[in-house]
Amino acid sequence: MACSITIRDVRKTYGQFVALDSVALDIAPGEFLTLLGPSGSGKTTLLMILAGFIRPEAGSITVDSDEILRKPPHLRNIGMVFQNYALFPHMSVGENVGYPLKLRKVGAAERYERAREALKLVQLDHLMDRRINQLSGGQRQRVALARAIVFEPQILLMDEPLSALDKKLREQMQIELKHLHDRLGMTTVYVTHDQREALTMSDRVAVMNHGHILQVAPPREIYERPCDRFVADFVGESNFLPVEMRGDAATFGGAPLQLAEGQSAGSGNKALLVRPEKLDILGATPAPEHNPIDGTVEELVYQGETMLIYVTLTSGETIALRRGTRQQALSEMPRVGEPIRLGLHRDDTVLIDEAAHA
Amino acid sequence: MHDMTAPQGGHALNRKELAADERREKRQILGLSLPAAAIILVLLVIPVGWLFALSFVSNGEIGLANYTRMIEYSAYLSIFSTTILISLFVTLLCIVLGYPVAYLLGQMPPRLATIGLAFVIIPFWTSILVRTYAWLVILQRQGIVNDALIGIGLIDEPLRLAHNLTGTVIGMTHVMLPFLVLPLYATVRNIDGDLMRAANNMGASPARAFRDVFLPLSMPGLIAGSLLVFILCLGFYVTPQILGGGRVIMVSMKIQQNVQTYFDWGAGSALGVVLLLIVFAIFYLVHRLAGLDRIFAR
Amino acid sequence: MSVGPLPIAPYRRLWLYGVVAGVLFFLVAPIFIVIPISFSDSEFLEFPPRGFSLRWYAAYFNDPQWMAATRVSFIAAALTVLFATPLGTAAAYAIHRAQSRWVRSLHVLMLLPQMVPLILIGIGLFYVYIQLGLVNSMLGIVLAHTLLATPFVVVTVLAGLQSFDMTQEKVARSLGASWPVAFFTVTLPQIRLSMVSGAFFAFTTSLDEVVIGLFIAGGDNTVLTRRMFLSLRDQIEPTIAAISSLLIVITLAALIAVALFARKAD
Ligand SMILES: Nc1ncnc2c1ncn2[C@@H]1O[C@H](COP(=O)(O)OP(=O)(O)O)[C@@H](O)[C@H]1O
Ligand SMILES: [Mg+2]
Repeated sequence: MACSITIRDVRKTYGQFVALDSVALDIAPGEFLTLLGPSGSGKTTLLMILAGFIRPEAGSITVDSDEILRKPPHLRNIGMVFQNYALFPHMSVGENVGYPLKLRKVGAAERYERAREALKLVQLDHLMDRRINQLSGGQRQRVALARAIVFEPQILLMDEPLSALDKKLREQMQIELKHLHDRLGMTTVYVTHDQREALTMSDRVAVMNHGHILQVAPPREIYERPCDRFVADFVGESNFLPVEMRGDAATFGGAPLQLAEGQSAGSGNKALLVRPEKLDILGATPAPEHNPIDGTVEELVYQGETMLIYVTLTSGETIALRRGTRQQALSEMPRVGEPIRLGLHRDDTVLIDEAAHA
Repeated sequence: MHDMTAPQGGHALNRKELAADERREKRQILGLSLPAAAIILVLLVIPVGWLFALSFVSNGEIGLANYTRMIEYSAYLSIFSTTILISLFVTLLCIVLGYPVAYLLGQMPPRLATIGLAFVIIPFWTSILVRTYAWLVILQRQGIVNDALIGIGLIDEPLRLAHNLTGTVIGMTHVMLPFLVLPLYATVRNIDGDLMRAANNMGASPARAFRDVFLPLSMPGLIAGSLLVFILCLGFYVTPQILGGGRVIMVSMKIQQNVQTYFDWGAGSALGVVLLLIVFAIFYLVHRLAGLDRIFAR
Repeated sequence: MSVGPLPIAPYRRLWLYGVVAGVLFFLVAPIFIVIPISFSDSEFLEFPPRGFSLRWYAAYFNDPQWMAATRVSFIAAALTVLFATPLGTAAAYAIHRAQSRWVRSLHVLMLLPQMVPLILIGIGLFYVYIQLGLVNSMLGIVLAHTLLATPFVVVTVLAGLQSFDMTQEKVARSLGASWPVAFFTVTLPQIRLSMVSGAFFAFTTSLDEVVIGLFIAGGDNTVLTRRMFLSLRDQIEPTIAAISSLLIVITLAALIAVALFARKAD
């Protein structure tokens, strides 16, 4: 059932505005791929092109080597969940889910059975006769999902399906969706602007900006080894510190930077990416594997599960680090105004190209 | 992944086909409007175009005679001034009578407002002829109004209320009032009551809050309604013909007379062209001053 | 957003209630004065009538000319609904969905029949119908009324479409419906109410049309309003009161039917 998708040179403009610029992407059979990017980066446009509601100016999209760009939406056999769910208010829950089967001329009895099974997958088979306006937001989301998978499409597309739900429910649904995907195994393209959601759910994440795909990689790689400053900045919290290049070695604060094994500084302008949770507070004890960073504590912000500590470096920049809030850690917390020495383990040291997409 | 590969040759073909698909789909959607557009083109645009051409023909000769006559004869000028003055007056009356209705109904609970609105909608949907007839009955010499006034001893002789200007204005106002109230109500209903409360809170008297907050916010509806009433008045035929009793001649009546009594298509067409130009000029003026899109976009 | 009365003491706006009540009375009273008069037994128009009779209804129903005019009017109105509703709906859908630069012009074109003074449309059609031999023909009447009624349908259906969520149509298409199927199974059922209102507008527009009928709807195909108009211009007879009362009742019934339909559709 699962199939591969190959996107090549897809370009879409609105007048002078380039919404998608030569986008290329390969999606493996059964993969859960997420398009992640800020609002206006072209995620919806790409999804709509896949579904057939927007026609690009050029390009090619093949599904298992079948060109689909010139196929109308109803012949593409792609299930789709919209942000606002778009359930049909003039039909019951069961009729909504049975609708794609009815279009495929499935008999009433079988239709009922299959609709019930699909609803069972989302734990709503007891609500088949409900009207849409009697459902909660989370229930609507599940009905929309059941309707999109009941006809066993080869591909499932979802455009920010969870953005209308509150935080708790959203996090629960993220896990549920992931499990459902693992069970059904259909190739899934998921759109979100929430980086945590993307990291939680995906096999791979494609980060988009200004109609370009910047990086496609598994969540860990996206977070740990972002390809450029935009990706690093958009995914997670980040501090960027300037590094000086001496030949092909990088120095920070006068001392040469220790890099993880297998990494080299390369050439060109670089910045040091420092994630707040990766910083250690070094005492007097020497730590040979850490790159030291010196500064003064500027402000402490208590946020519940973590404490945010702002430190002004001797070079003038301010960076943030996070500490857990166990009592012991709290009692060892530095005070505002005190000098502090931070350390970045060499395995956590990441250099980012400064020039790209600045 | 930076995929900066130049478009491959294979997709250049695709480009043409995709563009063709796009054009076909656009044509299909636009094509749905074709039957309606055709009816309007054939039955409205072309005939009015014909009239425009006819307006330059007088006694078998091509020229501006039909238009110069309008300027030279004071009878024509007075017909136009009568039409415009009556239209202005009726529009003003509609505003004076209609604004309080929309204002009050707009603040009532929906259920009550619906009942009030029914009083506006029922006449709106009742045939103009029926309403004009009703006013004829009410305003005639032995009609209800005269009977009542004599009954309470206010007058001895019945007043002349129908078959003259008074009757025409009353009848036209009655016909036009819903056209003002309905768009105005729609606008007023959407004004956030908290704005007035906020103004009050900041120390504005109710009258002051009305002038500074409510009135400006209700303007789009008021302009839309007044424009509609004024334009409809300019071309009004039925009510002035029946309630005016021949004493009130408006442009549309003169046009009908020219065409059906004198078979003078040129003269009738010329009047029609001028009337149409006035209507379009007003639309244009309001559009420039207030933006028709903003007024009618809802 | 909150509506509701402003913080003004009710007694301070008594005058406002008075004015509004007066205006609303002015609006409906004439209509409901006609009904009692239609039951009068006198030749003269008196109010309140002194005696009760059905003679004016009898006069109407027994007059073959009135009956013929009534028949023509209702047939024309029914045919107008049949033409104008699908035409207007299709045009509204095109305006709503098309993203072409022609859409604005198209929209203005659709509203043109409401902007051009009726008298001008009347003589224009008269002139063209003379050339085409359509004067006093049913086809001519229905075409003219369709011209007037279509904009009403366009406007109401367009309003319906604007409050309809078009992603539903998209979802239907992704689920396997070609767009005509998506339109008929998903969109149409949800804009039904505006279509019915549009049809109602079309019906009353046709039934009430006077000015154009004076030019093109005479002879064997004289419409009811033309006969009423001519009779009103010449003398005031209570037969008109009977006809008017019937028209009022029909309009009210249709209005109530649409309102009930709207409530059911909710
Ligand atoms: N119909 C349209 N006309 C003009 N610009 C559009 C249209 N649709 C989308 N855009 C523009 O294209 C860009 C990408 O939009 P979209 O794909 O919806 O972004 P995303 O889903 O990532 O927020 C946006 O800047 C948007 O303004
Ligand atoms: Mg989007």
